[in-house]
Amino acid sequence: MKKPFPWLSTLIVVLAALYFLVPLYATFQFSLQMKRGEWSLAAYESVFSSDVFLSTLAYSAVASLAAIVVGAALVAPTAYWVRLRLPKLRPVVEFVSLLPLIIPPVVLVFGHIRMFGSSSILPLTTTDGGTNFLLVSGYVVLSLPYMYRAVDNGMASIDIVTLTEAAESLGASRARTIMEVILPNVRSSIISGAFLTFSISLGEFVLASLLNRPAFGPYLVQIGQDRAYEPAALAVMTFALTWACMGLMQYFATRKPGQRVFPRLTLALSRNEAR
Amino acid sequence: MSALDTASAPVGRSDPGIGRPLARFSGFWKWLGVLPFFLFCALFLLAPIVTLTDGAFRAADGGYTLDNILALSSPNIVASYSLSIRLSLVSAALGTVTGLLLAYAIILGGLPAWVRPVFLTFSGVASNFAGVPLAFAFIATLGRLGLVTIVLREVFGFNLYATGFNLFSFWGLALTYLYFQMPLMLLVITPAMDGIRREWREAAESLGATRRQYWTMVALPLITPSVLGCFLLLFANAFGTLATVYALTGSNYSVVPIVLFQQIRGNVLYNPNLGYALALGMVAIMVVSNVLYMILRMRAERWHK
Repeated sequence: MKKPFPWLSTLIVVLAALYFLVPLYATFQFSLQMKRGEWSLAAYESVFSSDVFLSTLAYSAVASLAAIVVGAALVAPTAYWVRLRLPKLRPVVEFVSLLPLIIPPVVLVFGHIRMFGSSSILPLTTTDGGTNFLLVSGYVVLSLPYMYRAVDNGMASIDIVTLTEAAESLGASRARTIMEVILPNVRSSIISGAFLTFSISLGEFVLASLLNRPAFGPYLVQIGQDRAYEPAALAVMTFALTWACMGLMQYFATRKPGQRVFPRLTLALSRNEAR
Repeated sequence: MSALDTASAPVGRSDPGIGRPLARFSGFWKWLGVLPFFLFCALFLLAPIVTLTDGAFRAADGGYTLDNILALSSPNIVASYSLSIRLSLVSAALGTVTGLLLAYAIILGGLPAWVRPVFLTFSGVASNFAGVPLAFAFIATLGRLGLVTIVLREVFGFNLYATGFNLFSFWGLALTYLYFQMPLMLLVITPAMDGIRREWREAAESLGATRRQYWTMVALPLITPSVLGCFLLLFANAFGTLATVYALTGSNYSVVPIVLFQQIRGNVLYNPNLGYALALGMVAIMVVSNVLYMILRMRAERWHK
């Protein structure tokens, strides 16, 4: 029996594709219209020639990287230890790591400002360094659900208990087991969590704005109020960056442990080593 | 050997723990491994919430009171909550229906196999494409000078803004939210859609059910808990959204997150402790919708064992 052509599904998919693609195309076209009567990259040039753009982007990139390092250093050993020694604690850790999904960012930063404000025991917001630290801590909290899930999934796909027993029965110290056996096996999960953290915190607005940080998110909002074509150019670039982050994340998330990032490159390197 | 000795014993080749590595670090010491995580979460996640909760029940002079909670019933705050809840309900409903239709089309719709991964991958990106850039994209699309607005006017002679539509209004926001709500719905409902087995349809058909009867009496009741659960997840997702609204409408559009944002910036409510109550109300709504989501998800998963 020949199946009839799926008109309904085709219609749904085409409409959905239009809804998704038209705003992207519109934004792209809008970003090219800065010069009257011709299409040009003037909006992009204008964005890149701005010192504020570069400095806020650099600030947010550093803050995001710091959040990745702190987050990974916090989550990876915990996920490992809980699976190895405290399996009964796993639901608790999982629950705590999911809590940030329930707490809206504006509530979280409100709590931070009140707790670490000028009249508190630990007045972090009175100094620049302290406020930067608070921003990074906020990003670590916001990305905790994603980082924990990524790393814990990575731990689940390898048998860490057996690996640990094997390493230690061969005489490896605890530190060496973690650094040379466990870490290489979950590295791709950590990296996949890292890209998600990066894409969450790079253009983040609420925390950065309320903590008065010179970050990319508040800069975006400011440009949106002051300019016409630059926001479209920035949206196109941000979308491309989100694509890159998500693509890399999916690549690392589906990669098998031990598989190399650049197969040929490492092959060449190991040949050199052998020589 | 005491717990202290085992833990502080030099770890290396001469370690007596070799052969039974999991026996080391017993008792108190094994808790040390999770201490940094819990310390961090206590300080930067739990303590702020406790501070806000405590503040919500305190008067300006520090004594305990219910005045702040009662003050939530003042007309402008009720209006904010009502606006937030209506906007979140509408955008969640739109996202649920469209996402469900899309999931049906790409999973059960008989389309070529490449359609599914394309949409799922795109959804992974689009569900994270929220915030300020999304607002910019929609201004370039449906703003007064947006591409769609202009094409509709020049090509089809249809003046969108003459119909009363405005991107910076309720329906404009709902349409913008849909850009991350529909992909999120697609991502979370896909497992449930995959769980609909061909055998169920064959069983229904061999018992004489029509296509319509199969959908209304078998398939839809089976995925209803999942759909309701996803609806609540989308609701919570919309409820906490701030950056998109702020970039579109500035601080004019007083949904609860915007009011709280303004309050933190400059005490617009003229009562710092009312801000705590406002935050507590947000958390309460998020907790309720997320807990219901989990309950419904557990119920839904019974069919997928």
